[in-house]
Amino acid sequence: MDAEAISEGQTKRHWFVQGMRGIWSIPAIMLMLSFVGFAAFTAEGGIPVEQVMFMTGMVWALPAKVILVGSMLSGANIVTAFIAVTLSSVRMMPMVAALVPEIRNRKTPTWLMLVLSHFVAITAWVFAMERAHKIPRDGRVAYFAGFSITLTSANIVLVGVAYFLVTQFPPLIGACLFFLTPVYFLTSIWVSARHRVIYWALGIGLVLGVVFHEIAPDFDILLAGLVGGTLAWFGERRLRLRQKGGV
Amino acid sequence: MADALWPYVFIVVAGWLATDIWRWLGVVAGNRIDENSETMNWVRAVATALVAAVIAKLIVYPTGELEGSPIWLRVGAVAAGAVAFFAFRRHQLLGIVVAIGTLAAGLYVLGT
Repeated sequence: MDAEAISEGQTKRHWFVQGMRGIWSIPAIMLMLSFVGFAAFTAEGGIPVEQVMFMTGMVWALPAKVILVGSMLSGANIVTAFIAVTLSSVRMMPMVAALVPEIRNRKTPTWLMLVLSHFVAITAWVFAMERAHKIPRDGRVAYFAGFSITLTSANIVLVGVAYFLVTQFPPLIGACLFFLTPVYFLTSIWVSARHRVIYWALGIGLVLGVVFHEIAPDFDILLAGLVGGTLAWFGERRLRLRQKGGV
Repeated sequence: MADALWPYVFIVVAGWLATDIWRWLGVVAGNRIDENSETMNWVRAVATALVAAVIAKLIVYPTGELEGSPIWLRVGAVAAGAVAFFAFRRHQLLGIVVAIGTLAAGLYVLGT
């Protein structure tokens, strides 16, 4: 069928549904298992289930939620909690900034991107960076919306259900579920990378994350990102320019 | 009434606002950067390094059930997963299964 024969609305609906189907992808399933681990963490800490579901929808990013729950459990005041969570979320800015030009077209309104940006977290970001470029540009925003909104909604329901089941899990299962998050993120970034600089940034960021945690634990993620990312960019660029120069 | 609402206010301010302001700033920044520019390359590198730091912290300084496990076991499990991942042409699921399997076996043997 001629592409022009399909109306714009139908195209968008088509790609939205295609995005929704991403809920059965490996990244989405891994994240859902990680959320079962998160439900166990909150159930153990005694956070009421309504609040856990509320924060899953409102905060969405798993590392930020782990920090938020940690603050709530330790009785931190709201200002201290805000600072801790916001520092862990600075990474959202470059993540969203990298994603926006990948998925929007000239007609996409900014308000729509502002609304959809709420659904960006590591999984949706990795998923979209990996797949969006294979989809026609006019369908990318709908595709991302279909995937990310479905993923967030599914996990809100999931934590509500899992909360009551996980208390019966043996600790070994809980530990494995927690461990799934970093292992899954690591492999996802490696598999989805389309630029050499990503591998460099991943390696340097891993090492500096530990180094800066020892030196400056309050700003470790921020420093590792800025310093590590800049080093990776600078090093990769020098190599790229040298290779281009034929030396 | 106020007491019942307080946790939600806490989540909205310290959770939602604290994360979404960065997402909105990201939209504003992303609108101004060319996808193929050198600036974008730098943004990508910083975003990746930030996520990498989060990953490293989850492995090296975990909370919850993992807190009591030895660090050599966690790092060893990741290393075993990485070997499987690269040996089988970047097979994602295999890498994850081997890493988690190694951790589970180690925890079982140690009796934690």
